[in-house]
Amino acid sequence: METAIATEWILACYVDDVPENGGSCIKHGDEQIAIFNFTRRGEWYATQNLCPHKQQMAISRGMIGSTGDACEPKVACPFHKKAFSLLTGECIGEEELAIKTYPVKVADGKVFVGIA
Amino acid sequence: MHLRSQLNVFKLKIALTFKKIDMSKPTIIVVGNGMVGYKFCEKLLARSSQFQIIVFGEEPRHAYDRVHLSEYFADKTADDLSLSTLSWYAENNIQLHLDDPIQEINKTEKTIHSLKGVKLHYDYLVLATGSSAFVPDIPGIEKDGVFVYRTIEDLELIKACAVNARSGAVMGGGLLGLEAAKALMDLGIAEPHVIEFAPRLMPRQIDSAGSNMLQLKLKQLGLHIHLNKSTAAIVGDKKIEALRFNDDSLLVVDMLVISAGIRPRDELAKLTGLHVGTRGGIIVNEKMQTSDEHIYAIGECALYEGMIYGLVAPGYEMADIVAAHLTQADKSFYGYDMSTKLKLIGVDVASFGDAFITEPDCRTILFEDTHKGIYKRINITNDGKNLLGGILIGDADAYNMLLQTVNNKMILPPDPEDLILGLRGAEANAGAGIMSLPDDALICSCEAVSKASICSAVNEQGITSIDGMKKCNKAGTGCGGCIPLVKDLIAGTLKANGQYVKNTICEHFDYSRQELFDMVKINGLKNYDLVLDHYGKGDGCEVCKPVVASILSSLWNDVIVKQEAIQDSNDRFLANIQKGGTYSVVPRIPGGEITPDKLIVIGQVAKRYGLYTKITGGQRIDLFGAHLSDLPLIWEELIDAGFESGHAYGKALRTVKSCVGSTWCRFGLHDSVTFAIEIEDRYKGIRAPHKLKGGVSGCVRECAEAQSKDFGIIATEKGWNLYVCGNGGSKPQHAQLLATDIDKETLVKYLDRFLMFYIKTADQLTRTATWLNKLDGGMSYLKNVIINDSLGLAAQLEEEMQSLVDTYHCEWKEAINDPAMRKRFAHFINAPDEKDPHALFEPMRQQVKAREW
Repeated sequence: METAIATEWILACYVDDVPENGGSCIKHGDEQIAIFNFTRRGEWYATQNLCPHKQQMAISRGMIGSTGDACEPKVACPFHKKAFSLLTGECIGEEELAIKTYPVKVADGKVFVGIA
Repeated sequence: MHLRSQLNVFKLKIALTFKKIDMSKPTIIVVGNGMVGYKFCEKLLARSSQFQIIVFGEEPRHAYDRVHLSEYFADKTADDLSLSTLSWYAENNIQLHLDDPIQEINKTEKTIHSLKGVKLHYDYLVLATGSSAFVPDIPGIEKDGVFVYRTIEDLELIKACAVNARSGAVMGGGLLGLEAAKALMDLGIAEPHVIEFAPRLMPRQIDSAGSNMLQLKLKQLGLHIHLNKSTAAIVGDKKIEALRFNDDSLLVVDMLVISAGIRPRDELAKLTGLHVGTRGGIIVNEKMQTSDEHIYAIGECALYEGMIYGLVAPGYEMADIVAAHLTQADKSFYGYDMSTKLKLIGVDVASFGDAFITEPDCRTILFEDTHKGIYKRINITNDGKNLLGGILIGDADAYNMLLQTVNNKMILPPDPEDLILGLRGAEANAGAGIMSLPDDALICSCEAVSKASICSAVNEQGITSIDGMKKCNKAGTGCGGCIPLVKDLIAGTLKANGQYVKNTICEHFDYSRQELFDMVKINGLKNYDLVLDHYGKGDGCEVCKPVVASILSSLWNDVIVKQEAIQDSNDRFLANIQKGGTYSVVPRIPGGEITPDKLIVIGQVAKRYGLYTKITGGQRIDLFGAHLSDLPLIWEELIDAGFESGHAYGKALRTVKSCVGSTWCRFGLHDSVTFAIEIEDRYKGIRAPHKLKGGVSGCVRECAEAQSKDFGIIATEKGWNLYVCGNGGSKPQHAQLLATDIDKETLVKYLDRFLMFYIKTADQLTRTATWLNKLDGGMSYLKNVIINDSLGLAAQLEEEMQSLVDTYHCEWKEAINDPAMRKRFAHFINAPDEKDPHALFEPMRQQVKAREW
């Protein structure tokens, strides 16, 4: 994430805007970004809100969890339960689908998302 | 001239009708569309597509399952009994001529003539004409009220006559005769009789001791049995009134079903000049060829080495042998094992191997329990090493294993009595016996599936269910008798591979839903993270979160949106997500009853928020196309008008459908609407492993379709009947009768117990019908638990249900009155007033629909 390309950090929302162990969607221009408050792990993640399977704006309403021995964090789209890694954005079980992920920073109760 | 041109037109018509006949392929004509004739087509198609198959059937129906004919009276329809669909024949390019028996075969020209005037050439002819009921020549046999038991048409005639009959007799106490007696009992004949000429029942299958035990059981079930009776005449004016026996005794009956054996249908073969046996049957060799090498005979019309094989499995084997012979494969018929196991009027009867061999040619081990009505006999070799055969009455669980032991000449254990008595106290080693069978052991004899092919389906294709196995290699699709053995083999193979067979919830919880339910309850855990910390691992997932959410709700009935992130999307937003990401809204309309004022409010709300409206299958109104941020506003208006959440989004009670009942209907016995509303109000909001639907009908006409619901209530003259575990959906299943003629209070008590028992013990996402199908002991077990309180749980179940009823709350009311919860109903958390620009609609019939994805 610490790349040479300048990352623009935008204020996405406040910590209490996102339910514990759940997600919310923010609007950034025409872009929709899903933000996840993985309280159980003390981690934050952000991905595109569009599920590439049926082109639905719904990832933020999906349930998060983990899979495998390495406890890979993931989110499942509420429409057809396609699950995506929150780290890489790859679809678990169906490699041809993938979603974009964004870096997240939290400071002073504010949530920032890095836009490349 | 005129006549000739007419004839030409006729020929042309035939040519047009059968234009699809492929003249380049050799033509096989199958005479007879019974089970064996049908199976031949299937077997031949499996081996080759190089033949044009043409089938002639004498009955108006295409092939159906004659083995389970008596179920036609119980609960099955003619369609249920069908072996395939009409389209199956078309898809496989089989010409099917129904209701058109073959009249004549010209074996020199190799042509056939049918009754309807079809004349066709054949390269090979397969006679699968089956058998007819043997009707003894008794004076008066032609009288009205005397039937045979062979086809669906016979059954319909019997059914029509049974309506006005009080007593009915079956002539013949063999296997088919007892099946027919069951049919009479199912038809409600108050006084059923069975008359047998021999000194025992089922003389071909069981010995006298076995017959005595069977009689004892059947008498308890209300069947009157007369042995050693030879019928001299059928007495009556035009219609049967009584039977007179050779000993001059008289039995007054209203109807008689003759089941005195079968006669092979060999008249066409005889007419053609094929060799037939002196007592009937078309003589065939080990390739099933008749005296004309181009004509084969299979099934009950075929006579092989002086024997007619009157069971379906050998018929299927014969079908396969002809299919093999036609495709140059090497397979021959060398007789067939006539072992059989069936449930006769609810009593297990089995006979296998050499059932009748006696000392000194063998040694016999007998077990007799007149208290439970069980008789078991096994015949073993004098050296005690091998099993030769035996008979089982009342408990035939060991049949499959015993038959395998005979057929595979397996060495007996040092105490062979264990085979029929169990290990009595010693550690049971279930499954080991099955896994020790040789690979070529025939497991499904109807479809000739070996142990090896079942095990390899598990190992190589990952098949772990009976349904999967049926699709894969057809095991268990014939008589179904081998299904327990197939199940054990699947489990045994998985176990041998070190796979543990258990319905665990997901990778995070190594427990079944029921186990987790009990643990959460005992430890009083009230949120998901605590449950995961105590009993799970990792961070959970979209499978276990809703399961735990449902368990927590069923136990503590707290407002579900307080733990929003573990709810399925629908439960999180208390609405059903639809295409485009908008939601649908279903207010509760208990029993389907609604005032004009409330209807107007629904209309106004739909108009204001641009919603598509549709009446649902559960007698309520669904409003589609609501944006997330509009949901609280919509519900505010609905709640103001007196509506509550309909829980259409939850694994919870949906609706209790009702007919209008006695308040308006001229047939109604009781007020079904009021009862439906009471029931719906009682159970609304309660979370369950899956959705629940109910129905209440005011009379037996059943307009509420209650028997297709998880619970169905039908008014009777004396009270209400309660049915449970019905299902519509992809695998419809009728609900089964749990209690009869009970009053409302008793019914609610039983329903409390039933629903709570289901909620506590079912696997996640298992409807009541599937739950019952998997429940050991099935309906009789459930009846015992619910009505007889066999587990001593009734009071607790009622108490638990009452506590859920007492803590009911409308989730939507809670949600709109709590600012924090309300805040969640926004698509953009940083722009709560904006709607998702991707949620788009298209016009349709003065309303809108979601844009196609």
